[in-house]
Amino acid sequence: MNYEAVIGLEVHVQVKTRSKMFSRTAVSYGQPENTLTDPVVLALPGALPVMNRAALDQVVKAGIMLGCEIAPVCKWDRKNYFYPDSPKNYQISQYDQPICLGGFVEIELPGAARNLMGGHRKIPLTRIHLEEDVGKLNHSAGGSLIDFNRAGTPLMEIVSEPELRSADEAFAYLTALKTVMIYGGVSDCDMEKGQLRCDANVSIRPAGSAALGTKVELKNLNSISFVRAGIAHEIRRQTAVVERGGTIVQETRDYDGQTGVSQSLRSKEMAHDYRYFPDPDLMPVRVDEAWKARIRAECPELPFDKQRRFFSDYGIPYTITSVLVPDRGLSDFFEEAARLSGRPQAAGNWIANDLLRELGRAGIPLADSKVRPPHVAALVKLLDSGAILGAAAREVFSAMMETGELPGAIVDRQGLRAQTNTAELDEWCRAALASDPRSVADFKGGKDSAINAFKGSVMRAAKGKANPKLVDETLRRLLGEM
Amino acid sequence: MMSSELFFKPITELAALLESGKTSSVELMRAFVGRTQAVDRRVQAFNSCDESDALAQARASDLRRAAGGAIGPLDGIPVGLKDVIAVAGQPLTASSRMLAGFVSPYDATVTRKLKEAGAICWGRLNLDEFAMGSSTENSATRTTGNPWDLDRVPGGSSGGSAAAVAAGEAPAALGSDTGGSIRQPAALCGVVGLKPTYGRVSRYGLIAFASSLDQIGPFARTVEDAAVALGAIAGHDPLDSTSFRSEVPDYRAELARRRGPWKLGIAREYFAEGLDPEVGAAVEAAIAHYRKLGCEIREVSLPHTKYAVAAYYIIATAECSSNLSRYDGIRYGHRSPAAADALDIYFKSRAEGFGAEVKRRIILGTYVLSSGYYDAYYLRAQKVRTLIRRDFLDAYREVDAILTPTSPTAAFKKGERAADPLAMYLSDIYTIGVNLAGLPGISIPCGFTRGKLPIGLQIIGKPFGEAEMLAIAHAYERDHDWNRQHPDLR
Repeated sequence: MNYEAVIGLEVHVQVKTRSKMFSRTAVSYGQPENTLTDPVVLALPGALPVMNRAALDQVVKAGIMLGCEIAPVCKWDRKNYFYPDSPKNYQISQYDQPICLGGFVEIELPGAARNLMGGHRKIPLTRIHLEEDVGKLNHSAGGSLIDFNRAGTPLMEIVSEPELRSADEAFAYLTALKTVMIYGGVSDCDMEKGQLRCDANVSIRPAGSAALGTKVELKNLNSISFVRAGIAHEIRRQTAVVERGGTIVQETRDYDGQTGVSQSLRSKEMAHDYRYFPDPDLMPVRVDEAWKARIRAECPELPFDKQRRFFSDYGIPYTITSVLVPDRGLSDFFEEAARLSGRPQAAGNWIANDLLRELGRAGIPLADSKVRPPHVAALVKLLDSGAILGAAAREVFSAMMETGELPGAIVDRQGLRAQTNTAELDEWCRAALASDPRSVADFKGGKDSAINAFKGSVMRAAKGKANPKLVDETLRRLLGEM
Repeated sequence: MMSSELFFKPITELAALLESGKTSSVELMRAFVGRTQAVDRRVQAFNSCDESDALAQARASDLRRAAGGAIGPLDGIPVGLKDVIAVAGQPLTASSRMLAGFVSPYDATVTRKLKEAGAICWGRLNLDEFAMGSSTENSATRTTGNPWDLDRVPGGSSGGSAAAVAAGEAPAALGSDTGGSIRQPAALCGVVGLKPTYGRVSRYGLIAFASSLDQIGPFARTVEDAAVALGAIAGHDPLDSTSFRSEVPDYRAELARRRGPWKLGIAREYFAEGLDPEVGAAVEAAIAHYRKLGCEIREVSLPHTKYAVAAYYIIATAECSSNLSRYDGIRYGHRSPAAADALDIYFKSRAEGFGAEVKRRIILGTYVLSSGYYDAYYLRAQKVRTLIRRDFLDAYREVDAILTPTSPTAAFKKGERAADPLAMYLSDIYTIGVNLAGLPGISIPCGFTRGKLPIGLQIIGKPFGEAEMLAIAHAYERDHDWNRQHPDLR
């Protein structure tokens, strides 16, 4: 029998803010242990939470970008459970009224259709809610240590409907979600810093069936590749169990990305009763139309919308847009260069190929690049006008990377300008024709390729600076006159 | 000046003495230190006090005054603090073994405001553990006596604060009131106790019992002193989301401006069975006095009063079960030396650290929040709470304030109700509704029993109507001398 996988993802994303969710202490990564704390973070007796409005702004932004319905009121609940990394032994979260409902993440499916911006699918979301992160436990032989620096960091939980059907789709979902979050400045989504964490609910069912199978929750999938590998492994594991005649047990499993093995953490019987109730320390906050309008105005164009626009308006191929678009700064760079040059395709090629290669080689981030959009635009124009030739352009590009000078100045200083003196060119061409009457005869006899015989000597005479197109035109004109 | 002349004087008189140079803050502080050393072995109001720190604060006040920079009526005046209000560098125990040895690294907002007003933070005052109780007998540190009869309780949970003021160990004190914890001990100890409107005073730095009910308020000898103290601590606080954004009136100035006569409500539900006849008679006499002052006395109906205690013990316990989960032995507070792992730290530390009443309430609160019971208990109790508030707001369309007894009885004997939690819970039957409705309430002395035990009159005001409520209380107090009588502790 054929089985199909049913996958839903719960993604935790740290929201980018200056201070914590409910106190004024800074959020930062890699600081000495327990230095980013205060009475609220440590849940000292008498401390009270105060909501960070910037965090709510960010989640509203995420919600708008993902097409969610934004709740009119932001309401806070307490989720009660004991764990040493949780200072209050309850987490301030949102239970029955998440700030964002519905919405979707658009994903790109593998296959040829994507080259034409087809093959996309919208994965519906159940909800997004805001909560606070916990501290970090470090276990060692001598005991366990707790670092509360992370505790209280604004965290949003993005829950998808179980609409993903493969490990590759889950991979595409996370990639797309991450890009949207980074685009909106909602989060940096650095998985190594724990800024994006993913749990997956996986079940299988006979292909074509509408019923849902027993789900298994996979935890600690700490890179996007591990998510893909972990889900693929879990689908194989479940399929093997069912094919042996066994049944899937509802449980939570831990997938180890290094070894590719998963093991059971706990079964359903150990499920918590979180005793949710509205947090009496926090008043509900009204999110009115003006608030939403203000945030909507800050939302950037979505990545796939931009990619479609680059494709349809500028005719930029997928191979280039798929490089330019995922990085918002790079795509802005490109659009500026495209606008200044009037030649989007040429600008796109220079940026996606030469610029990225040179930056990568030098280990320089785009923001520090000496080559800016006006440089690219000027280079494209020089090439277009025939003022310089391809080989010279590459030289100019390297020089720009070094010095940050505009291409015109480099061309002049290094004498890279193409030959455009037509009288001189006429003279060289005439000389070439005169020196090879046989080829002239061949050409006249209808052998078009015979014209190439003259070009070498013209180029030699021009020391490589002649525009090949112009050379070709001149030779044809003179041959026609003969 | 003889120190014995100082410790029963109201703040307003002490401030005048400081102002005129007839005494200094250091002299004042020495008098209260001496008084406390003399009587607190019997009263047991203080969990701890830091004399040298208090004297240093007094010296600073005197220097400020000498330099012409005296701040106001509280400058140089000692104010006691219930041991649930954080003072940086001082112990903060909630009278619990769980927090034995804990020192707060930060000031509560009310502490900061008192300091900014020049007041001296004086001592840590005993209470029922985590403010859960009505007699201060649930304290894990000591049993406070009622200064009028040391064999009796001072009420609770702010029993230490009430007893300290009544015994002349401090001219004023702060307490907290979740279901009557300021007003009931004020009544039982014969002092003024004011619970502000929910949101009037910041809760930042107050150890939470039930967050939606807790309010900090003052104990004082006179209504005017209560007005001064309230003015110092009230106001919006960006550190407390439940504190209210509105101007704080000059409560003391308002006392003189607001002269009545008022329309005052009497609710039959507050004079029902269980009310001690002597208490009832004293309150009736107070009502008669208001009538004599030209006030119109009207019957009002508060029909949902009978559900108040039940709703209160669901909401308060639910919130406390969550609020107290931070006391886990991990980051601070008691950790059981017998604990072997993380789970064991929780179980053993909490089993050893919390007393019986606290455990009872945590268990009850955990139960009412449990999946499947939430709607039947917590949600329903919140609906009752809305109805109770509506009762009061309906009544306030006709009257300016409501008069009730503060407590159904005068101070009871130590141990008398300790074995019967329900009887103890009924001590707060007249005060709980005020917390559920979020209203301000004040208890003022209105007489004594034949056994010379104080009786309290409760005046319940409109939301943020503290100024009017204080003026009404002041009108009665002006014509009586109950607060000029003091317990004999020699």
